[in-house]
Amino acid sequence: MATEGALLSATGITRRFGGITAVDGVDLHVREGEFLSVIGPNGAGKTTLFNLISGQDRMDAGRVTLEGRDITNLTPHRIAENGIARTFQHGRVFGNLTVMDNVLIGCHTRLRAARSRVPVLAPVIEILRALIRPAPVRAEDAAMRAEARDIIATFGDRLTPRIDQPTYSLSYANRRRVEIARALALHPRILILDEPTAGMNESETAEMQQIIGDLKAQGRTILLIEHKLNMVMQLSDRIMAMDNGKVIAEGTPAQVRNDPRVIEAYLGHSSIGGTAPAAKSLTEGAQ
Amino acid sequence: MESLLSLPWFDFTISGVVIGSIYALMAVGLALIFGVANLINFAHGSVFTVGSYIGWTCAVALGLPLWATVLVVAAAGGIVGALIELLAIRPLNHQSRIAPLLATIGVGLILDQIVHIIFGANPRALPVSLPNLRFSIGSGTIGAIDITIFVTGVISALALYLFLFHSKLGMAVRATAQDGDAARQMGVGINAINMTVFGIAGALGAIAGLLVGIYYNSIDPNASFEIMLKGMVAIVIGGMSNVPGAIGGGLILGLIESYGIALFGASYRDLFAFAVLLLMLLLRPNGLFARAHAREAEPMTGTFVTRAKPVRIPAWALVAGAVLIALVPALGQPYLTQVMTNALLYALAAMSLTLVAGTLGLISIGHAALLAVGAYASALLTMAGLPVALGLVLAAAITAVLGAALTYPAFRLRGHYVAIGTLAIGEIVALVILNWTSLTHGSMGLYGIPPLELFGIPLFSTNASYWFVLALVIVFALLQMRLLSSHLGRTWRAIREDTIAAETYGVASNYYKGLAFGFAGFVAGISGAVSAHQFSYINYDTFNLLTSVLILTIVILGGLGNVTGAIVAAIIVAGLPEVFRTLAEYRMLFYGMALLLLIRFRPQGLMGSD
Repeated sequence: MATEGALLSATGITRRFGGITAVDGVDLHVREGEFLSVIGPNGAGKTTLFNLISGQDRMDAGRVTLEGRDITNLTPHRIAENGIARTFQHGRVFGNLTVMDNVLIGCHTRLRAARSRVPVLAPVIEILRALIRPAPVRAEDAAMRAEARDIIATFGDRLTPRIDQPTYSLSYANRRRVEIARALALHPRILILDEPTAGMNESETAEMQQIIGDLKAQGRTILLIEHKLNMVMQLSDRIMAMDNGKVIAEGTPAQVRNDPRVIEAYLGHSSIGGTAPAAKSLTEGAQ
Repeated sequence: MESLLSLPWFDFTISGVVIGSIYALMAVGLALIFGVANLINFAHGSVFTVGSYIGWTCAVALGLPLWATVLVVAAAGGIVGALIELLAIRPLNHQSRIAPLLATIGVGLILDQIVHIIFGANPRALPVSLPNLRFSIGSGTIGAIDITIFVTGVISALALYLFLFHSKLGMAVRATAQDGDAARQMGVGINAINMTVFGIAGALGAIAGLLVGIYYNSIDPNASFEIMLKGMVAIVIGGMSNVPGAIGGGLILGLIESYGIALFGASYRDLFAFAVLLLMLLLRPNGLFARAHAREAEPMTGTFVTRAKPVRIPAWALVAGAVLIALVPALGQPYLTQVMTNALLYALAAMSLTLVAGTLGLISIGHAALLAVGAYASALLTMAGLPVALGLVLAAAITAVLGAALTYPAFRLRGHYVAIGTLAIGEIVALVILNWTSLTHGSMGLYGIPPLELFGIPLFSTNASYWFVLALVIVFALLQMRLLSSHLGRTWRAIREDTIAAETYGVASNYYKGLAFGFAGFVAGISGAVSAHQFSYINYDTFNLLTSVLILTIVILGGLGNVTGAIVAAIIVAGLPEVFRTLAEYRMLFYGMALLLLIRFRPQGLMGSD
């Protein structure tokens, strides 16, 4: 696809660990409002690729731009300020913080109380604002809380009744929901979801798929890593398949599903490691 | 250049290798323990001291020959090591990973105090008759003692090698170090392995204690901390759990020190070790011999904060408590009032530490350095003629800035590395105070610090200074609670829970760590400054490692992050031993036991972590 007009453009992304090239010259472009999924067997380099884009890891070569701005190898918090929000494969909520506080951390990049531009004195001003809390700071806090409540309410009655409970007391599925709520609070230009249904049962998966579908319907730009290919096929505008750190196929769900290289990537691995569940679900997804 | 070349480099090399082999003996034990139990054993220096005194008992009091002394010392050290594992470490198996580290600090205090009680606080001679041989080689000489130490080191290393690589138990130790869970699944008894490793480490550490005693013909009950640090520096150089690396690290450190002393003088000896430590942590946290390019992320920040809700005390009870505390002088017992003043100064320091260790999750073992900075700043400013009120405020501000700047190198560290890093930073501050004679009068300390007064109103009566300190505690406690309820409190806790996730959501974690250390530095600086005006005399050792450990004990007792908890615990920990005079003699024992029991039975503290 054409590079121009892309919201997020990553070109030639490469990451080596010792002698292994985990991500090998990958290009990835996402248009505004597009839903792009990345699939591939375990160890294909999907999460590493996302880590590089969102700044958790540093790439050895390549370039990432967001709306034309170079964000290559910026620190994670700078990348967040640029409008990329991501969730983590294993769910990383702040266990001892309440649901509300978790979501409020998502608002951090927009918090004016934390955004003093005065040189040298900025730290002092931030502490004084937190101590004195003038009217604008209180108003901002109230507005953020109201918004956080609205975001939390999008998950029905899953989170709202538990809004003041610490997240360690929540079920696994609820913690994943908190993560997504936190990501939405950032007002992301692009939302990166790393296996949002990992470890969820069928009904939870269906519910999560519904939520992600709603996010898509809102016109959000979404990048998804997911093993549940049914879900990928139904949600994605476009799919990118990776294996051994390289892109092996790219296109619409229909194109990728029938691509012999994709099928081989799954089945080829299965000939080494016994039956591959992913290959099975790939064929199921095609039915 | 001529004069540099004419130095006896050969002799410096020999003494570097000899001291280095002792560091290596210490380091091997630390590395084994780190490998198997994932723990930095802060009690290891105390095992060294115990070894040197058992050596004295055998060689001097009982008159045993050297070979028998070495054997007894090794056996006794092994037993002490194994007991540490059995009594202090094993019960903490299911606790957070920072818990055993804190427990070893407690064990170290207890062992040191026991040695103090039995043998007294003064160094003793340890004369051992060795053949008075000296070999001349070129321009230098090697003595029998040098050879004895080096050979003992080599034999120990060989024995260890044979054990690790040619015995079944040794194989189990290596397997456990590589993957504890997998080893357990294969039927390796982890407890037995841990005990074995602590035993071996104890034996080696005790032998090191004996050898150092023989080398200098002197043993010192206060040597524990310094030698433990040297071993720790050696394993940081060698790569934490890397046993051959630990030997290399010990030798390298010995040589660096020996050459450094040759070039700069002996008073800088420890500074080299700490500078090397800090550089290693910053530049090569995996050690010199590691090939890996990135350290595994240790998700350890804040894990000691348990999932327990803090005890919420109603406002009326807090007010009533404050009023009761304010009425202490009405009891008409000046000594009690003084003790309480001191306890409240500790409360300020503990509030400061509980912010960074509890709320932010960076367990600092060098917090006394901030008190020292505040004390010296205010003392020097007011001795130069500034009014005390201005001195206090400026000292607090200086400590805030320095506190954030000095601890900055520790911000990128996690878990156990934070403990080592802050310890090193704290010691470096003490050494700079000791060696910057033109400013600090070095080991002489500062005399005649002006007494407390505010704008001409004297505050140096017992009651006035008590109420002044109490007012400070109340004001800063309220300020800190207000910060905790703001976006800053939320952000600090998020960093503690998961720094990477917080960064991913736009939190510049280093900046917020700096803010926390800035505020904490301000409070600690006030505490140190007021102490200086109260004592009227301070030196580099007024606020030492024991102070740091004491503050940490207070913070854990109060509940990490809990402001009211810190105040209550300060009154208990700093006040009780003074009120019961008999306890005062055994203060370290009391603190050590308190720390150990707390971590074992109430890790969330009295008031719950917040």
